[in-house]
Amino acid sequence: MSKETYSIPIGPVHPSLKEPVTFNFEIYGEHIENVNLAPGDNHRGIEFMGMQRNLIQIIYLAERICGICSASHPFAFCRAVENAAGIEIPERAQYIRVIIAELERIHSHILWAGVAAHELGFDSVLYLSWRAREEVLDLLEYLTGNRINYGIFMVGGVRRDISEEQIPRIRKTLGYYKDIYSKIEDIFLNDPTIALRTKNVGVLTKEDALNFCAVGPTARASGVKKDIRQDQPYSAYADLEVKAITPDVLTGVVNGDVYDRIIVRLLELVQSIQIIEQCLENMPAGEIIAEKKLVKLLNQLKKAKGEGIGRHEAPRGECIHYVKLNESEFPEVWKARAPTYNNLMSWVPMLLGQQIADIPIVIASIDPCIACMDRVTILNKDNGQKKVLTKKDLHELSVQKTRRITP
Amino acid sequence: MTSISLFEILVKIIGAIVIAFLGIVIGLFYKGIDRKLAARMQARVGPPIRQPFLDFFKLMIKENIVPENAVPWIFNGAPIMTLVSSITILLYLPVGNIPPILSGYGDIVLIIYLLTLPAIGMVVGGFASGSPYANIGAQREMVMMMSYELPLVTAVIALGWKLSQVYPQLNVFSLVAINANPIWGLVGPLGFIGAILLFITLAAVTPGELSKIPFDAPEAETELAGGILVEYSGRNLALFGLTDAVKTIVMTSLTVALFFPYGISHLLAFNGAFALIVDTLFFLVKIFLVMFFEVTFIRVAVARLKIDQVSFAYWIPVSIIGLLGLMLIVLDTIIV
Repeated sequence: MSKETYSIPIGPVHPSLKEPVTFNFEIYGEHIENVNLAPGDNHRGIEFMGMQRNLIQIIYLAERICGICSASHPFAFCRAVENAAGIEIPERAQYIRVIIAELERIHSHILWAGVAAHELGFDSVLYLSWRAREEVLDLLEYLTGNRINYGIFMVGGVRRDISEEQIPRIRKTLGYYKDIYSKIEDIFLNDPTIALRTKNVGVLTKEDALNFCAVGPTARASGVKKDIRQDQPYSAYADLEVKAITPDVLTGVVNGDVYDRIIVRLLELVQSIQIIEQCLENMPAGEIIAEKKLVKLLNQLKKAKGEGIGRHEAPRGECIHYVKLNESEFPEVWKARAPTYNNLMSWVPMLLGQQIADIPIVIASIDPCIACMDRVTILNKDNGQKKVLTKKDLHELSVQKTRRITP
Repeated sequence: MTSISLFEILVKIIGAIVIAFLGIVIGLFYKGIDRKLAARMQARVGPPIRQPFLDFFKLMIKENIVPENAVPWIFNGAPIMTLVSSITILLYLPVGNIPPILSGYGDIVLIIYLLTLPAIGMVVGGFASGSPYANIGAQREMVMMMSYELPLVTAVIALGWKLSQVYPQLNVFSLVAINANPIWGLVGPLGFIGAILLFITLAAVTPGELSKIPFDAPEAETELAGGILVEYSGRNLALFGLTDAVKTIVMTSLTVALFFPYGISHLLAFNGAFALIVDTLFFLVKIFLVMFFEVTFIRVAVARLKIDQVSFAYWIPVSIIGLLGLMLIVLDTIIV
């Protein structure tokens, strides 16, 4: 008997998606036979906009690539520019950067936990966990002046210091999360219905994780010990000895399912709290920015030439920014690659063979950030049609370009 | 059956209209309370209690869209069918000490048949909307119907059988008889445990019958964007909203009638019209409590199950609990 499949579209607008992306599923009964992924609905041309602005203006644009990664993108971007222009950052600024980045990780992981619960139909947990998230947002507002787009990063350092009087407030927040952590862990790891819905669902094997170049908690939950903070320590992470967290720390086994991704993110919450505590203890005194005068800094950057890469372990995985400076006010190239771009293709092995009911939680399990991810859309101006470039097309285009530039 | 006078028919028609109206109003009111309580448990403020009424009136003035792929007469007929069938069940259910309007024209077996009708109406409406989401929702609703029927019937049959053993002369499946002879007074200790198990069975069936979390797979908001109801809008959606409200009253009243048919008027030494009012109010309190524990409380405390897990839950654990309850009641009767 031949299998008669039918297709259902999920997206670009669907309650289980927080941002526009399109999936086309081939379904047999309740089972997913085939997945077709068509991103490109959320392309805003941010990189192009950035290339019409000077490097300091781009920081604020980078911050707005995504509302959740609003420390990760400027962090990576500033590191790229510093790398290209050869700017040294004061040590205190490096610690402050790490504190802000880790606070962002706390808020991002709790936000994710709420979204995941909502995808499972467990709205109570959504509301309760987002209430817990308020505390860290309040702290970020207290430290930086903003709840979401912090505006604290600057090429060569940070814009605001963390003073002695502010430290007790940070400790209070950390204490709050230590207190409620056992509750959060109990809800997510011991609730029978959550376990029913997440164990052995959306499995990504270690092999697939490596093949598809997955990053961040998605890769770590499949047993790939990959974390830039551990592999290529930067900023204050170099002093802190961060270890990549895999689920076997808690359970002893790696299944690579959604449940494991929950475990990894919960453990990273604890890890972030520890990192911030260590930072507060070891933070040296001194300057917070290499060059205080912005005009001078801009002039310095205008004269810089060269390429720079900045990497940062965002809450969702590795975030890379590339800039090419060419002795002009604007960068010649600015390229941002967000973690979701890497994790995108790991959706396919996760979703194949699962049920329709698993789609929302599996999609959410990589913590997708489509706004971060959508960088390229090919539009034919003449007929307005969108086009997908395959590997073959891209290779063909590269060959053409090589021929063009080498006579 | 004796012949009925015109007057009696008239009384029954007026009674039916009154019951239908009250069922809808109380159902919507309880839905408001349910939403408010759920919100408070989820650390939210929640909508005002009159929100379901506002929703209803708003939807009634909105455009009623029939999708291109839909079969219009079935698509538009399904909401009416579900509402009418759920109101019909109300007419068979006793309210406190007031016997049901259609008492004598059908018994609890008929109610079980009627209970499937709203579900079937939704399935038909879902298939007729011509949307893949609604299609999947309708398939799931059918699977769910097949899953919860066995435990539901087990619970009801066990009570009827027990009653027939104690009072062989009664029409044991009539709700009046069940209402007048609460199960708890008829059984010994073994049967008492059995009755508790049967109550648990019925309590597990209720959220499934009402499509509430954890058994809301047919409507699953985050998966199917509303499933069966995805294409419905305006007046049709308003009717489905009413059906949901009435069905809540039906299921809770059924639980109350089967397991907690007690009144309080005789304890307080009231009689006449006053006793009737007191018992009716007490009945409303009882169905509220049943709704709170079987619907509101459960739906904020768990995640949604997948459809295969729903089927498994009903076929294996819940059915076993139901059959165990039935067995204990039989044992209780044989031993005594």
